[in-house]
Amino acid sequence: MNASYLTSILIWLPVAGAILIWLLPLSRYATGSLALLISFAEVGFWIKQAAHFDFSQPGLQMSERANWFGDLGVSYHVGVYGFSLWLVGLTVVGMAACTGYGFWVGRDRPRAYFGLMLLLTGATVGVFESQDLLLFYAFFEAMLIPLYILIGVWGGARRMEATIKFVIYTMAGSLLMLAAIVAYGLKAGTFDLVDGPASASRWLFLGFMLAFVIKAPLFPFHGWLPDAYREAPPEIAAVLSGVIAKAGLYGMLRIAITKFPDPTSFYRTTVLALAAAALVYGSLLAFRSPDFRGVVAYSSLAQSGLIALGLFAGTDLGFDGAVLQMVAHGLISISLFLVAGAVERRTTTGEFRLLGGMARGRPALATLLMIVGVISLAVPGSASFAGEFLILAGVFQRAWWWAAIGAGAIVLAAMYVLRLISAVLHEARGPTVADEALDLRPGELALVVPLVAGLLFLSAWPAGISNHSFFGPSPSAAVKSGFK
Amino acid sequence: MTLNTPPIDWFGLSPVLTLIGTSFAALLCAVLVPRAVRRLASAGIAVAGFTAGIVLAVWLYVDSTNGHTIAAGAYYRDRWTSLGQIIIFAVGLATTLLAMEHVPGWRRDADPSRRDDHVAEFFALLLASAAGMAFFVGAANLITLFLSLEWFSIALYVMCAIDYDLQGSLEAGLKYLVVGSFGAATLLFGSALVYGATGKVSFDGIASAVGSQSLTSDTFVVVGIALMVAGLGFKMSAAPFHMWTPDVYEGAPTTVTAWMSSATKVAALLLTFRVMTTAFPHNQHLWGWAFAIIATISLAIGNFAALVQKNVKRILAYSAIAQAGFMLIGLSTGTALGGRALMYYLIPYAASAFGSFAIVAARERELGVPVTLDNLAGFGWERPFLGVAMWFFVFGFAGLPLTGGFVGKFYVFAAAYDHGWAWLVIVGVLATLVSLYYYLGIVRAMYMRGPEELQLRPGSVALSGGAPAKETLLHVAVGAAFVVSVGSLFAVQPLIDLAQHAASALPL
Repeated sequence: MNASYLTSILIWLPVAGAILIWLLPLSRYATGSLALLISFAEVGFWIKQAAHFDFSQPGLQMSERANWFGDLGVSYHVGVYGFSLWLVGLTVVGMAACTGYGFWVGRDRPRAYFGLMLLLTGATVGVFESQDLLLFYAFFEAMLIPLYILIGVWGGARRMEATIKFVIYTMAGSLLMLAAIVAYGLKAGTFDLVDGPASASRWLFLGFMLAFVIKAPLFPFHGWLPDAYREAPPEIAAVLSGVIAKAGLYGMLRIAITKFPDPTSFYRTTVLALAAAALVYGSLLAFRSPDFRGVVAYSSLAQSGLIALGLFAGTDLGFDGAVLQMVAHGLISISLFLVAGAVERRTTTGEFRLLGGMARGRPALATLLMIVGVISLAVPGSASFAGEFLILAGVFQRAWWWAAIGAGAIVLAAMYVLRLISAVLHEARGPTVADEALDLRPGELALVVPLVAGLLFLSAWPAGISNHSFFGPSPSAAVKSGFK
Repeated sequence: MTLNTPPIDWFGLSPVLTLIGTSFAALLCAVLVPRAVRRLASAGIAVAGFTAGIVLAVWLYVDSTNGHTIAAGAYYRDRWTSLGQIIIFAVGLATTLLAMEHVPGWRRDADPSRRDDHVAEFFALLLASAAGMAFFVGAANLITLFLSLEWFSIALYVMCAIDYDLQGSLEAGLKYLVVGSFGAATLLFGSALVYGATGKVSFDGIASAVGSQSLTSDTFVVVGIALMVAGLGFKMSAAPFHMWTPDVYEGAPTTVTAWMSSATKVAALLLTFRVMTTAFPHNQHLWGWAFAIIATISLAIGNFAALVQKNVKRILAYSAIAQAGFMLIGLSTGTALGGRALMYYLIPYAASAFGSFAIVAARERELGVPVTLDNLAGFGWERPFLGVAMWFFVFGFAGLPLTGGFVGKFYVFAAAYDHGWAWLVIVGVLATLVSLYYYLGIVRAMYMRGPEELQLRPGSVALSGGAPAKETLLHVAVGAAFVVSVGSLFAVQPLIDLAQHAASALPL
């Protein structure tokens, strides 16, 4: 492929941009503009990448490979598959929206802030593109560094506890993954994900899975989630739940399921049970949550469970639905967190008992929240309906009761989303909702409307993703063959 | 009786001799050079000495494809020696830059015209200790081993105590002297036992004697190895021989701490790997396990003790103990992979250890009081470059992919797993997890506290609103350390090639 340079550009352009921003003594406005420009350039490069991607070809595309250190067989090897292409797209679009949000609200210390946002973009794209285990691990960890500082410096009052919890939780998982990577790579003689053989070791599978279930997260590894999502600035919470969490799910698909077929079927019931628990428990907590962000945070837990359900169903429909739902939920979650941020800016709070009646006189806010909410509760015809239907159908083929649990949880989803909408938009006007609180401004609309447009597009044509994620008619066969 | 002097390969010894020569020259500055230019002259000599040392060591590295002993079997001229010397001299050069603007031992309370009375001695000692370490990594028999150990140790004892105006400096020097002498005595006793059992002093002679006379489980040899392991453990500040480390690192002038924490560790670890693999290959099962256990203890003690510290120098001192544990994982395997893992790890480690202490020194010069987590508040925003560098160094220590520390950890884990010690990998992983807390704590202190929490000494530069001192040379030194530690993440292959060639000089 002659367009393979795009793969590396998508990783290193934002990193270079971050260094540039740190070196140049630009003004606040110039720094934000530069960061936004680079984010848009990322989106442009991604569109070009998608245009060059040949969905009729099997195997890795636009790959680049260079030696990193040869004696252990570690290389800089990047490339994209169909499903990674969509996740890269989600990352660049989501990060552009969140960077724009940071610019719009005027974060303090702009050079540090925007540099870190760009660094985060590069690292996350790297996770979805790397085809070498150590490289994957390096990017997986590298995401954590800007996140730690972004939450720790620009977060809310209890940010210290939130960051420590978040970092220690995720590192506990990923360090065991490092041990698993060492063991897998030395045994296989290569750390390459494409060339590496399948392994039957249950220990290694568990080592990888622990990192992914914490990152995703699944029940009962979600202890870091509520604090991190509440204390982070809204755009960072949006990134966390919309994009970063998908890295854990992507890891399950790309590494745990693909490289460990036997352990996957051995632990299938366990993981499905954890996923179902996350789905039901997350939905219940979302329904009980007293604040806007709490609902979105716990619904992310539920959605991670749902996606993991689709992945570990191990059926064609499950895989297709999981990838579609990753993208759809990513867009939903980013939109909701940005709207939550907008509400918090106007009312200083996200607590439902202090909110209410915001629909009156604020048509844009009400319309947007309504559209996103309706899509997220999987109303028939929406993108997430398509995703959830595929997942449930896929897991139904495994056993009917998984689908029954999933369907029950979707009813819960309708309950918590409607509760959220009515508590913010309708009901009696809350004490913190002043008449002067404006509707969404053009700047905010410019950030959220494209995301919602993307969701509407996916609602109209979900097959755009679900039929274009894996080569060939059967995703499970593609997974079994290791995407060769 | 005639005394036959052995043929000497002067070129092979040239890096050491250069440093000794420049050390004398720097010392002469103390009496011959007028006070006004004394600092410039002695520091200039040190820069020249280290630069020449690096050039000669590089030359020797290129020229010593086939390693062999020189000077009647007393010293190895091979790539292991040369690469170790290059690292040590590079740290020495950076230390010179760091010291130049603020020489430990200058008389800060004296009349400005008399302040530089005793600066030349510092550079002379620095050069002398570097020469000792350079000889130490090349030592080929028990006598040169002990001789060079004492040589650089004595220089370091004095350097720790040189700032006698500074509270704790004298105490640090004395403590280091007492504990260090104990360690040296232990090493000497162990060497004597090994000599008694084998009748040999040269490392390869010992190995062949142990092999041919089947002395593998001879009591004297085993006890001798144990004592030598303990004696060397003191120098590399591995637990349980670490008790002196936090106090000495804290009390010594920070410039000296930066030098000790990186260069001494390089010398001690490289020499230990050589002694063990060259002299005791038949006892690998013994010292391998010993070092694996010492590594585990170091990781546990270093990391847990660091959690509760408030003083940044103490945190970094305990972190140095824990880092010794990581490097000992590679050392304990005794394999070629372990050897190059150790050699590679030392490069980013030496740079980061030096750099982090140099940044502490910058803060200390600004505040005039010991640096704690509390008075580090806001440092990252006030001094952006130093803040970012510190951020990279400590995250690199924690094994996050910002510096070569990440790859180094991966390498030592790979070496341990390759050796069949998966448990040691798990130990390392858990230790890393614990260490995150205090490494993150340093970053938190620098960036995440409000300016209202700043605790500055009244009258200090930062409080009176003036710009921080322009410490150009300090920035150059930190910048070099930054480039090396970050660069080693990307340029892994060339560094691994260097390490591999160096390790191929050892009988692995």
